[in-house]
Amino acid sequence: MAIQTEYDPDSDRIMAVSFGPQHPGAGHFRLRLWLDGDYLVKSEPDPGYIHRGEEKMSEYRNYIQNVPHLERPVILDSSNILFPYALAVDELMGNKVPERGQYLRVIMSEINRIISHMYFIAIEGLFTGHTTLITWCMGDRDFWIDLASRIGGARVTFAYIIPGGVRNDMPEGLTEKALKTCDWFEKRMDEYEKIFFKNPVVLTRMEKVGVLSSQDAIRLGAVGTVLRASGVKSDLRKDEPYSHYDDFDFEASSLNGGDSWSRAYVALLEMRQSVKIIRQAFKNIPTGPVRLKLGPQPRVPAGEVYARTEAARGEMSFHLISDGSPRPYRLKIGSPSFKNMRVLPHLLKNVHIADIPIIYWSLNYWPLEADR
Amino acid sequence: MVEVQKSGALQVLVGKVDDILQHSIGDPLRYLANWGRLYSLWPVHLETACCSVEVGAAAGSRFDMERFGALEAFGSLRACDLIIVMGTVTRKLAPRLKLIYDQMGDPKWVIAMGACSITGGLYFDSYNVLRGIDDIIPVDVYVPGCPPRAEAFLQGLVLLQEKIRRAPSLSGA
Amino acid sequence: MSKTEAEGPPSTPVRAAVPPDAGLPSTAVPQKPAPERARDLASRITSKFPDIKVDYMREKRLKVTTPSPRIKEVAMMVRDELGFDHPSAVSGVDWIAKDEIEIVYFISSVSQAGYRNFVVALAERIPRGNPVASSLIDVWAGVEYHEREGQEMLGINFVGNPYKGHFLLPEDWNDMPPLRKDYVSPGR
Repeated sequence: MAIQTEYDPDSDRIMAVSFGPQHPGAGHFRLRLWLDGDYLVKSEPDPGYIHRGEEKMSEYRNYIQNVPHLERPVILDSSNILFPYALAVDELMGNKVPERGQYLRVIMSEINRIISHMYFIAIEGLFTGHTTLITWCMGDRDFWIDLASRIGGARVTFAYIIPGGVRNDMPEGLTEKALKTCDWFEKRMDEYEKIFFKNPVVLTRMEKVGVLSSQDAIRLGAVGTVLRASGVKSDLRKDEPYSHYDDFDFEASSLNGGDSWSRAYVALLEMRQSVKIIRQAFKNIPTGPVRLKLGPQPRVPAGEVYARTEAARGEMSFHLISDGSPRPYRLKIGSPSFKNMRVLPHLLKNVHIADIPIIYWSLNYWPLEADR
Repeated sequence: MVEVQKSGALQVLVGKVDDILQHSIGDPLRYLANWGRLYSLWPVHLETACCSVEVGAAAGSRFDMERFGALEAFGSLRACDLIIVMGTVTRKLAPRLKLIYDQMGDPKWVIAMGACSITGGLYFDSYNVLRGIDDIIPVDVYVPGCPPRAEAFLQGLVLLQEKIRRAPSLSGA
Repeated sequence: MSKTEAEGPPSTPVRAAVPPDAGLPSTAVPQKPAPERARDLASRITSKFPDIKVDYMREKRLKVTTPSPRIKEVAMMVRDELGFDHPSAVSGVDWIAKDEIEIVYFISSVSQAGYRNFVVALAERIPRGNPVASSLIDVWAGVEYHEREGQEMLGINFVGNPYKGHFLLPEDWNDMPPLRKDYVSPGR
């Protein structure tokens, strides 16, 4: 049924409601909603509840000291936010990262992508009321965290991809464990498809809900799974390959629906491609050193660089300006959730209240990353 | 003089009867009430910051938080008795945190999870971060870490349960 | 140019002063051979707007600085004629030594084949004492929230951006914009 309500600020049918920051469906974020009965007429995001001032803090720390706090914004895939930072600093310094280090960066980046997408799909299950999916996905995610912690050391914050390479080499016996995990996981993904993505109840709830056309996606600056689910096959790993991504054989997944189901399903397709990349990386990884010794206070020559990579949620970009001192002059983090936030008020308009969590979470909006 | 002595003896008698009643009825009642409270802690759903992914993992199937009785009730926060402050509290969130804490019914407990909620942690020099939450709400258990592992968080939960078990008064305070 | 020796402790003080030519970036990055696409795009822009300065041309990046009143026309040209339609980020830099604030719009292209890995950086400089710039939300709708952030973090007033409140900072923030260089973080 088409909703014809226009937002009329003088109408006394409109009620303004706060959705968040304490709400099971909102996370650390607040959405202001204007409702006309059961219909949502207008919405406005109110971020900043977790704005910790990362960019100002990075001006007080040198390039190595910046690594721990820069990986906290999107702690779910912490390696993927350090990746463009490492690329930016390496480009400014002219570092030639050793080959084995580059392959390890790819491996860690893809494992983190799977970890992040598993959280995304788990909470998709939660918001659609599919509690089996959230329990399965949160449990299976722990196997990937085990694998990543064998390389990185901690459970979620690895501080692994640093300027100059990676922090340490991977331990012995990791290849068999990784390949076993990949084999097991592919069968699990088939099961997720059967119980969730092809489930008629879920399809009724998520198909044709929150449709974003490709022109709107490009115009509003959407990135990542949101852009790819609207028919634009844009993946920075294919378009602007960094760190030997062009050595691997994989595809950029995209769908034409532009609705919430497509945005969730693209994540599953990407996980399949990530498993492919991990397999190839473990098979073909060269030997050699894994990092350049940069010392505790690397001196970076003056310059300006804009580096971007494909994080789990989309294009993560770093604008780094150095003035020759050991600390950055300006570090600007362009996080994918902030870029996708503009899509929220565009989609959350003229829908029923019950569609709000579906649309909101399908954009894979992580408030910490948007607020930095 | 004799009257004073008599009333003195009466008071001592009443005091002794009161002691007996306390120990025979009051103690078991308190034990029962505390037992009920510690095995059904309901946390408020307030995802403060990045430690929330470890609480999410703790609620998952490997580290099952529910076997300790801590079930996240998605109803109203007025029915909850535990607030887990997961991570950094910014100046924008601080008044909302106090608002949420004030609305919860007594008895209520607070777990400060992560270094950021204890002292400001990694973000000690940020312009928008509260250096520890115990200036605004009273904290019962501090779980250090950045982020604390899911097992460490569960240990904090068990420690809180120990504290509740020993609560001296019937109201749970 | 790989560094394989460990660096010793620095001999100069850690908090170095900003050098006077800190407004001119980029000769440190090693030049790749013949950045042809960048040269071609730069020549198309400068032939239409001769008062534009090209800051750097790299294999996948191009940065131009335009005078602030003309930024909207240049932006329209970059979007319509050069085909850069996807806003990537908007960054602001406080060049306190030169008493200027620089606003940089990073735009990428998704619909144009062959330019998917290219990013054009469109910059303008405004005086620090009167930081007024025109908003580009009519050109690329996606820059709206980035401009809001620039408004409160650096104190820039984007004319044409309707929202003038606080976005990421708390509502009762009454200090100076935090990303300015003369704002010192508490405890530092």
